[in-house]
Amino acid sequence: MLGQTYQFNSLKEILAKANEEKSGDQLAGIGAADARERIAAKFVLADLTLGEIRNDPLLPPEEDEVSRVIEENVDEAVYSGIRNWSVAELREYILSHKAGPGELERISSGMTSEMIAAVAKLMSNLDLITAASKLRTVTRCNTEIGQRGVLATRAQPNHPSDSIPGIVAALYEALSYGIGDAVIGINPVIDSAESVKAILSATKEVMDRWSIPTQNCVLAHVTTQMRAIEQGAPMDLLFQSLAGTEQGNKGFGVNIRLLDEADGLMRMKRASLGPNHWYFETGQGSELSSYAHFGIDQVTLESRCYGLARQYKPFLVNTVVGFIGPEYLYDSKQVIRAGLEDHFMGKLHGLPMGVDVCYTNHMQAEQNDMENLGVLLTSAGVNFLIGVAMADDCMLNYQSLSFHDLAALRETFGLHPAPAFEEWLVKMGIMADGRLTDAAGDPTLFMG
Amino acid sequence: MGDREKLESLMKSTPARIGVGRAGVRPLTHTMLQFRKDHAAAVDAVYGEVDESILRQLGLFTVETCYGNKETYLKRPDLGRIITDEGMEVIRERCVKQPQIQIVVSDGLSADAITANILDVYPALLDSLRVHDLNPGTSFYVKGGRVACMDHIGEVLQPDALVLLIGERPGLVTARSMSAYMCYKPRKGTIESDRNVISNIHPGGTPPLEAAAHIGTMLRGMLERQTSGTNFY
Repeated sequence: MLGQTYQFNSLKEILAKANEEKSGDQLAGIGAADARERIAAKFVLADLTLGEIRNDPLLPPEEDEVSRVIEENVDEAVYSGIRNWSVAELREYILSHKAGPGELERISSGMTSEMIAAVAKLMSNLDLITAASKLRTVTRCNTEIGQRGVLATRAQPNHPSDSIPGIVAALYEALSYGIGDAVIGINPVIDSAESVKAILSATKEVMDRWSIPTQNCVLAHVTTQMRAIEQGAPMDLLFQSLAGTEQGNKGFGVNIRLLDEADGLMRMKRASLGPNHWYFETGQGSELSSYAHFGIDQVTLESRCYGLARQYKPFLVNTVVGFIGPEYLYDSKQVIRAGLEDHFMGKLHGLPMGVDVCYTNHMQAEQNDMENLGVLLTSAGVNFLIGVAMADDCMLNYQSLSFHDLAALRETFGLHPAPAFEEWLVKMGIMADGRLTDAAGDPTLFMG
Repeated sequence: MGDREKLESLMKSTPARIGVGRAGVRPLTHTMLQFRKDHAAAVDAVYGEVDESILRQLGLFTVETCYGNKETYLKRPDLGRIITDEGMEVIRERCVKQPQIQIVVSDGLSADAITANILDVYPALLDSLRVHDLNPGTSFYVKGGRVACMDHIGEVLQPDALVLLIGERPGLVTARSMSAYMCYKPRKGTIESDRNVISNIHPGGTPPLEAAAHIGTMLRGMLERQTSGTNFY
């Protein structure tokens, strides 16, 4: 091809080299050497069948529990109907007019995460948007999100020392812009049950005092949250970061047995109605950062996170796409690509996919790039986006989207907050006729 | 409480950018420009260089890691952990071997953090070592360093303990924050949990003089207990 002969020795190698350029794959030493080799790998991948991908496991189920979950969840009847499709045919089916939400949900149940990653590698950015926009995943905790026409939001009122008045002040600001219908979620500085309980109690008190139809969460380690809930903390959603390999999850201090145990505890003691009570975060590169990638590329590993996540029917899943740093995603082009890939792969797994559209200050990216990605994901039908006051997270030291940005995306695209939340905003005088009112943007509304 | 007082009491409770108002669904002009200004400072800190005259003033000579250029530095953290062969030769020639305490300074992810803080921290650290009866070896500056360059240096100079003063990844609140990483007998194969760190060193965070005093105490403790990291406490 192009005057050059390429030889690929394994499925792992084809999948890695077919990726769009990512600094993380280069750091792992598995990325394509140049643009021509990348395209050669894509041609080879296009002709592989789904059966060939399944029969050549990257990480054998006997050696990895994430692989086992993915394998066990394959619907064999559906799979037998598509096993002879090539990845090229799968792409064309997904994009075809005959594949509506129902058809896509059906083939999803017959696919492994590796197949979903494979097809993402053959899709352009607009392919990823077009395909994802067909898919909707509605989930319910206290309230329901994910409907067509809805753009939900996480309020992230973090504080550098977990000060309760500081967290509440930033939460008031968020609510006054109509932000917080997906979740009021705080990243704590101190990972202790007492601190988790204090923050959950404070956010619950605001929710109760103003009858706010949403859910709360504190993003501590799952074991810390379990201790907090045992101590009577009012917890609507349980959080955990996931990786795409058993070893990677070990780096996060979790395994499937622990997740199952936590799941059982939530069923008994959650403060929310359910049935969905999990909130997962993922992000390309986390396995490589903990030396748990087994030579597998970061797109495929990310897809495997979703294969694990769907086991628990979560209320929310989001990729924290630009947080990990330039050694995994170097610049805004790579972050934008990864955001669209992750959103598509999550949606095709049937997940309620959101994105933390974000960057750190040592990446080649700036706020305009995040605004661009926000627009792209909104057009792709993303379930929810994360909002921070003026996009500047003063605790995690990175930038996401602002409350203004989320309000602007809703207004520009004619989208709404979750129905129950919008009804509440109208009652509070913050929204009317689908727009913010003159009273909006004033956090002192909640001091009376 | 009037509306203005109410808003001010909220704003005082957090460094988050709240109470900023809006133009339709977009931020006000000065709020937006302030944000862009803070980001510009953060980016400049990453891509900047430490002022040579400061290094001369402190008598620090310079060696480089294998980072090559800024882009490679950001993409390949592994290269920032290895000193070049030429650099190692200079270190072998000029440095006291097996010192009690080896001090190393590096730009890391914020050259501005070094430029802004090192003139205060370095002399105070020498004082603090004297107070604790600790002898420093020959200090130097590493251009393009990552935290784990401590191990490569430790391997060659064999200090009892090493302290690395390095620029942190800049945030919008400050782009000039420095960290002090300390380790008892850093060598090849040392793991992250063997190190201790004092972070957020800048006039608005841990004040430089206080940090220097604290570093001295920590290093004394490491030598006495012959350990560091998670085992230290």
